[in-house]
Amino acid sequence: MLRIKNSQSVDINKIKILKYPEFFDIVLQLLSDKQRHCTSYFAYKKHTDLHFIMAIADDKEHDIILLSHLLKADEKQELASLTKQILALHIFEREIHENFGIEFKNHPWQKPVRFAHNRANTKMQINDYPFYSIKSEELHEVGVGPIHAGIIEPGHFRFICNGENVLHLEIQLGWQHRGVEQLFINKKNNLQRSLLSENIAGDTVIGHSLAFVRNIEALSDVSVPEQLEIERSLALELERIAIHTGDIGALCVDAAYHLGANVFGILRTGIINFTQAWCGNRFGKSLIRPAGSYLPFTEELKTELLSVLTKFEKQFEEMADLTYRLPSIQNRFDYVGTVTQKQAELLGTVGLSARMSGIERDVRVSHPNIAFQKFPIESICVKKGDVFARFLLKKKEIRKSIAWIRNVLANYNFDIQNSKSPQYNLQLKPNSFAISLNEAWRGEVCHCAITDSSGNLLHYKIKDPSMHNWKALELSLRNVEISDFPINNKSYNLSYCGNDL
Amino acid sequence: MISLILIFISALFFVGIITKVKAKIAARKMPSVFQPVYDVLRLLKKASIYSPTTSIIFRIAPLIYLSTVLMATLFIPIGTNKAILSFEGDFVFFAYLLAIGKFMMIIAAMDTGSGFEGMGANREALYSMLVEPAFFILAGSVALFTDNISFNDLFLNLHIDSNLSYIIGIAAIYVLIYIAMVENSRMPVDDPKTHLELTMVHEVMVLDNSGFDLALIHIATWLKFSIYGSLITNFIINATWTWYWQIIYFLGIQAIFAIIIGGLEAFRARNKMEKNPQWIIMLSAISVVVFLTALIITQKIILN
Repeated sequence: MLRIKNSQSVDINKIKILKYPEFFDIVLQLLSDKQRHCTSYFAYKKHTDLHFIMAIADDKEHDIILLSHLLKADEKQELASLTKQILALHIFEREIHENFGIEFKNHPWQKPVRFAHNRANTKMQINDYPFYSIKSEELHEVGVGPIHAGIIEPGHFRFICNGENVLHLEIQLGWQHRGVEQLFINKKNNLQRSLLSENIAGDTVIGHSLAFVRNIEALSDVSVPEQLEIERSLALELERIAIHTGDIGALCVDAAYHLGANVFGILRTGIINFTQAWCGNRFGKSLIRPAGSYLPFTEELKTELLSVLTKFEKQFEEMADLTYRLPSIQNRFDYVGTVTQKQAELLGTVGLSARMSGIERDVRVSHPNIAFQKFPIESICVKKGDVFARFLLKKKEIRKSIAWIRNVLANYNFDIQNSKSPQYNLQLKPNSFAISLNEAWRGEVCHCAITDSSGNLLHYKIKDPSMHNWKALELSLRNVEISDFPINNKSYNLSYCGNDL
Repeated sequence: MISLILIFISALFFVGIITKVKAKIAARKMPSVFQPVYDVLRLLKKASIYSPTTSIIFRIAPLIYLSTVLMATLFIPIGTNKAILSFEGDFVFFAYLLAIGKFMMIIAAMDTGSGFEGMGANREALYSMLVEPAFFILAGSVALFTDNISFNDLFLNLHIDSNLSYIIGIAAIYVLIYIAMVENSRMPVDDPKTHLELTMVHEVMVLDNSGFDLALIHIATWLKFSIYGSLITNFIINATWTWYWQIIYFLGIQAIFAIIIGGLEAFRARNKMEKNPQWIIMLSAISVVVFLTALIITQKIILN
């Protein structure tokens, strides 16, 4: 078994190609340990054959295990499904099934994921999606979407209800058809690709663009200065603070607590305005570029950030004290939409959705980059797994991120002399594989890149944390009132476009 | 006649004041108090759009809704200003007039055939059903207390001046405030500001109404607030006061009522939907307190 560190590249031929039954057994054995989870499992066309690669993150050893197997074009396009034993793999097998038409035998839920333009079976249209249904006189179905009432993103939600109670929720995504992964290969310039990566999910700009640039840097063996990595991680934590604060406000809106909604909205603005002062964009676009940055973090910015944080912290604590102790808020959020630790482990949730039900899964801790090695951060868990747990966890993570940023600012001197300009014409190593994990605010972002024999990108694989977590939202809704759907949905705040790549 | 005019005047300001208070508390820029009036004037100029799946019921419902509410206002006296219509037992008629309007809105919502609106309609029906006992126990107790069964005489003879009768006054005002909140689909039962259809009660029922019809529904809502505000006023105003004090008090109490509603809405989150029935039944329980107090005062129950 090949083990590599986070944000490293490796010769693709070094990944041993296993026979599928052998691969099957090894995966089962590896994933029986709760400290390991699959971060990516995908296939790509290698000449005419299909090459499958699975990356398993090992939190104990702090590295990533790579496994692979090959399905020749003349073989029967059918494999035994791993999902039967390991539910967390369902989404990856579904994706492979959709893209390449591989039948996974005994897959319990082999449904389309995103209706990409280059899917295997183009006869299957989005309107033919095979919804689960229960035949009963007493039950009724409620369909919501794909046009979103709040005009965010498209997604169809099909509830099977018994009166006000939801028995089952099925979420159908795939209305956007963007073809992002293909665009990464079509675009040859790393600036274009950088821009693309910023737009994979508009709310995870730093999260996704960081994963991308680290892949490119790993593939071209550029050494990244420590200061640059620290700057990037600062941006990452700022993004986390901003989005979490916005989410807390949005949850207040859904609970009709408008005082909280407004104050948290104002607070979020303070943080994103700082990001704008730093890089000219409130969401951090144009900040992360391969091998350097035109927008270095300076001592002046440091002073400004400290004053922004001081102001933020004071008001945030005051408002959080009021909001989190408010009986009507507790009454609204407590014991709603619980996902137990066991369910979360089965689903293989990541990030916030894992930590809300007591699973310690945080890439910043288990697979830290230079910044988090130098300034370690502890992950925080809450146990209950309900809306209030997610609401609470957001507050705790904000505090933790602020403390981390303060620690960095106090102990690190930013020197503008150390900063380099970005390099867009990096030569990528041929026949290589690179993987980069990054703890964005939603959870673990995973990008994989594969180059061909002349150093061009052959395949680019993106995995947004939402891919794992959408199922958790479905489970949250079991035996919950249908009117509790909005607060559940908001408390996860999963990405539609992270799914509809 | 004076009472009717007063109710209309206060209705114009009511929702505006609530919005203003909520905006002030939430540190937002405040709209004008007349903003709801401007909105309704704009809507009145517009034509209504009807979905082809709806029938005549959907078209006449807003009109019937408004006319029942208008008719109900005719029964409300303010202090010594008599109501235009009055007969013995008119409070029962009053309650069911409002119920007819609500019933029409509920079947109109079902008429659209939308899943959301059906859901809102059955929630609204449930809450109206649960809030009904609270109103009747309250009205019945006050009737027992004053020995009169029409709004006019009932409020003329209502003198809240002894220790025990203060309990009646306070509990009745509390119950009436919350009945008004439930009837008008305000917090904590419903959130009129929400954009989430799945959590709506009243708002989702009128999703398909537009233009002129929507304006009628809004006007009916104002009037309902004003009606309940007038009922509350009657518990406070004393019939022996001169007429201009009564009017000043009426307007002042209406304004305070609106401010209280704004405050109640701003400082709390809404209920979980499944806790609403429990919460509404609590109002009936408080009405029972009024009833028992009335029994004690009228010496139907003798306490030793």
